[in-house]
Amino acid sequence: MEHAEGQQHPIKIYLWIWLLLFVFSTFSYLVDFYQLQGLLRWSLILLFMIVKAGLIVAIFMHMAWERLALKFAILLPPLALLVLVAIAATEADYTFVTRGVYFALAGS
Amino acid sequence: MANDVLTNTGESATVSPGLRGIVSDWSSDKQAFEVPWGKAMMWIFLLSDTFIFGVFLSSYMTVRMSTVEPWPIPSEVFALTIGGQSIPLILIAIMTFVLISSSGTMAMAVNFGYRRDRAKTAALMLATAALGAAFVSMQAFEWTKLIHEGVRPWGNPWGAPQFGSTFFMITGFHGLHVSVGVIYLSIVATKVWRGDYERKGNYQIVEITGLYWHFVDLVWVFIFALFYLW
Repeated sequence: MEHAEGQQHPIKIYLWIWLLLFVFSTFSYLVDFYQLQGLLRWSLILLFMIVKAGLIVAIFMHMAWERLALKFAILLPPLALLVLVAIAATEADYTFVTRGVYFALAGS
Repeated sequence: MANDVLTNTGESATVSPGLRGIVSDWSSDKQAFEVPWGKAMMWIFLLSDTFIFGVFLSSYMTVRMSTVEPWPIPSEVFALTIGGQSIPLILIAIMTFVLISSSGTMAMAVNFGYRRDRAKTAALMLATAALGAAFVSMQAFEWTKLIHEGVRPWGNPWGAPQFGSTFFMITGFHGLHVSVGVIYLSIVATKVWRGDYERKGNYQIVEITGLYWHFVDLVWVFIFALFYLW
């Protein structure tokens, strides 16, 4: 019978996650508000992004309580996107350099 | 931890945790996921959607890295003047909080659904839909403002022309997801209210709808960080 009731957890945990998401969103907004720049800005943005995404997936979407088979089937494939990002970044860098050379020649 | 469950054939099989559990879940000629099929299908749909948004965001990265013109500064582009003072990115911040709140009400709707509290479930789902509609309205306002200022998919007054195309594609596709979610939520909330699931004794659909809605919020977390803050 308990199985048929599905995912049931105390309301309190949702309210806590809600609060944490507010706090971390405020932090990311403050990164922009105080105009932090460079490596500090990028690492803070990514850190808050990952923490928020993790909280949503783990608690709101109940992934923390699912079996490992479902966790792996859903959470591992998106890692392939990191390969795409790496390839695209290399390609973009090449395009940027090529454009720099071409536009410099066109300007002279 | 191991406990007995019935397989399709009526035989008793052992469910074990951890890595060994993956092997037994995938190999024993039975359903792989110990969840209702609707939920497994929603997760697989969301996985495919992850790739769509993943590809949008990586193309955005590619064009932003390779442009030789300066990228418009989002902090200034999305600033609003309130009471004679220009506040950077304020509308986007409000939209973020609205969407997070809608995720909070949705999570509670799922909870009340499993407690078979019909009225509270429907009310919380309608609150979620209302917050979603508010989000889309603010996005419509933002689009209108930017179009008036001259942002087009092929150019804008401040710099790299790719800004417009990525902005309209990414936020447009996300806004479409929110709009579809509002309709989806309203339909399910109406059915909850009517007592359809009360009769069936199964409120799983509320959790499945919730998965979709939380995913929309999840995508916004990435758009907010990578497009608006970067």
